[in-house]
Amino acid sequence: MATLEIRDLHVSVDTENGPKQILRGVDLTIAGGQTHAIMGPNGSGKSTLAYSIAGHPKYNVTSGTVTLDGEDVLDMSVDERARAGLFLAMQYPVEVPGVSVANFLRTAKTAIDGEAPKLRTWVKDVNKALADLDMDADFGTRNVNEGFSGGEKKRHEIVQLELLNPKVAILDETDSGLDIDALRIVSEGVNRFAAQGDKGVLLITHYTRILRYIKPDFVHVFVDGRVAEEGGPELAEELEANGYERFLKAGAK
Amino acid sequence: MSSSDTLVATGNRAHSHGPGSPVPLQARSERPTSYDVADFAVPNGREEEWRFTPVKQLKALFEDAAGTETPKVDASGPEGVVFETVAADSLKVGKPQDRAAAVAWNHAGDAFAVRIPVEAELTEPVHVNVASLGARGFSHLIIESGRHSKAIVIIDHSGSGELGSNVEIVVGDGADLRVVSIQQGDHESIHLGQHDALVGRDARLHHVAVTLGGKVVRIGTNVRYAGPGGDAELLGVYFAESGQHHENRLFVDHEAANCKSNVLYKGALAGDHARSVWIGDVLIRAAAEGTDTFELNRNLVLTDGARADSVPNLEIETGEIEGAGHASATGRFDDEQLFYLQARGIPEDAARRLVVSGFFNDIIGKIGVPEVTEHLHEVIEDKLARTAELSESAKAVIGQ
Repeated sequence: MATLEIRDLHVSVDTENGPKQILRGVDLTIAGGQTHAIMGPNGSGKSTLAYSIAGHPKYNVTSGTVTLDGEDVLDMSVDERARAGLFLAMQYPVEVPGVSVANFLRTAKTAIDGEAPKLRTWVKDVNKALADLDMDADFGTRNVNEGFSGGEKKRHEIVQLELLNPKVAILDETDSGLDIDALRIVSEGVNRFAAQGDKGVLLITHYTRILRYIKPDFVHVFVDGRVAEEGGPELAEELEANGYERFLKAGAK
Repeated sequence: MSSSDTLVATGNRAHSHGPGSPVPLQARSERPTSYDVADFAVPNGREEEWRFTPVKQLKALFEDAAGTETPKVDASGPEGVVFETVAADSLKVGKPQDRAAAVAWNHAGDAFAVRIPVEAELTEPVHVNVASLGARGFSHLIIESGRHSKAIVIIDHSGSGELGSNVEIVVGDGADLRVVSIQQGDHESIHLGQHDALVGRDARLHHVAVTLGGKVVRIGTNVRYAGPGGDAELLGVYFAESGQHHENRLFVDHEAANCKSNVLYKGALAGDHARSVWIGDVLIRAAAEGTDTFELNRNLVLTDGARADSVPNLEIETGEIEGAGHASATGRFDDEQLFYLQARGIPEDAARRLVVSGFFNDIIGKIGVPEVTEHLHEVIEDKLARTAELSESAKAVIGQ
């Protein structure tokens, strides 16, 4: 069982006016088999948490720890974190001109596994993953995310999730900008991943809509760079009814 | 890809050269050409056609005097191709456009000619190697393809000397000619070259300029059409490293009707004072109705301290055309692409290689000569490995 442990995490970014603190002591434990939803208003630091765990160079960890099965994640390079079993489905997947999806997926799979996938099963796996996300097989010949619609980019992220099959998946607002059909298709992909039983899922979202398709075991409300409140699925229902107002007022005190 | 003025002086502003512009705007067609060296003053670097070029390093190739060596030229090709030595002025398709070309024209002696006979379809590429071995020398090549012939000619420039060269290309009516000119001199080498092509009626020219080495390399490629229906695809790849200046100047002169031109040049730059210049001039004359032209230049700046200049110019004298356009973009290596690939487990050096090979992928695919594309892949890999070493040692220095 994989366990991602975040302890007292403080993160800042450099701005024109000097460093700006964004995360102010985040504590979170995601054990294998659990799905955690992080919800919060814009600017509360949800995406910063995701990118800090993945190791984006823009974010400076000023104190705290992140470990995956006891291994120090913060000491690893971005690619080492991925090879250790972390996966970040990005809110804004990046275009890589001239690099085909097929080449990209095979290169990533080879890097993660430490050996090239078996050609025969690999082609089958890729085609199945694409079909499961309702993407044509000819996506393999297209350049990574280039000319993809917003929905196609998000579905491509979930194709990667299923093929690379990490220990812990962090989904950064994967639901934003999706129509209801795409949301359902993407959610089914995440549910297939989670159904393996030993996987951790950290679902970051602004809206409660996706939680109708992906059932979280825990809900954390993020305000002003830390977890303001935690609970079960019922907390999401409360947010659905009342929004973030209660937490924003509390944060303003 | 982002564009930044600290890296680049891009074009699309050719009509307002701005303050500090040393010369008034001059139509491309009005620029003087001559076989006589005396018609060109020694460039001082303020001239429109020399303002991007490090002229101080080029004194030897501006001097109106015989070379101190004769570059070694050897050629091979499949059955059917004819090699011969001919008088320099036997064709006169090209006419020097600057002093260096005029000096080369007058001091190269006889020209080395490659002839592809009428209706010949060559099964293998023709190779012409031009080696300049350490001194100052000049070369003159003529490539003449007969009517309805089909051929590939690869010119390989190597060596450590200072070379001034002229290449004249005639594509016969209905012929299909691919010319690949590779500039891969040693690190201290200098090469100033002018290529002039005359594209026949319904003929197709595919011209590729590949610059992979040399301290200063400046290639001017000029294309004219002998009749309607001609098609010129002009491709270029360059990769300038620390201290290298790679310059390409294109001039497509559309005078005949219903001709096409498509220009695509892509370059990467890495290291301190790596420099590239791309000038793309296209002129559509009043008679050239039905012209279809597009030119595109892209530059990828891999490290700090490198600079790319890119200036596309389009002069149009008739509105009765199919299409005309140009685009230019210069961007830094995109760290977000690197992050995305690394976040999928791909190590940094492999991720860099993937991004750069992706950048060159489309143009390398268009070159269509396997031995050239394989060579390009290898050389680009080597250069990236060197770039990676550079940034590693830079990191080590910072870390101390």
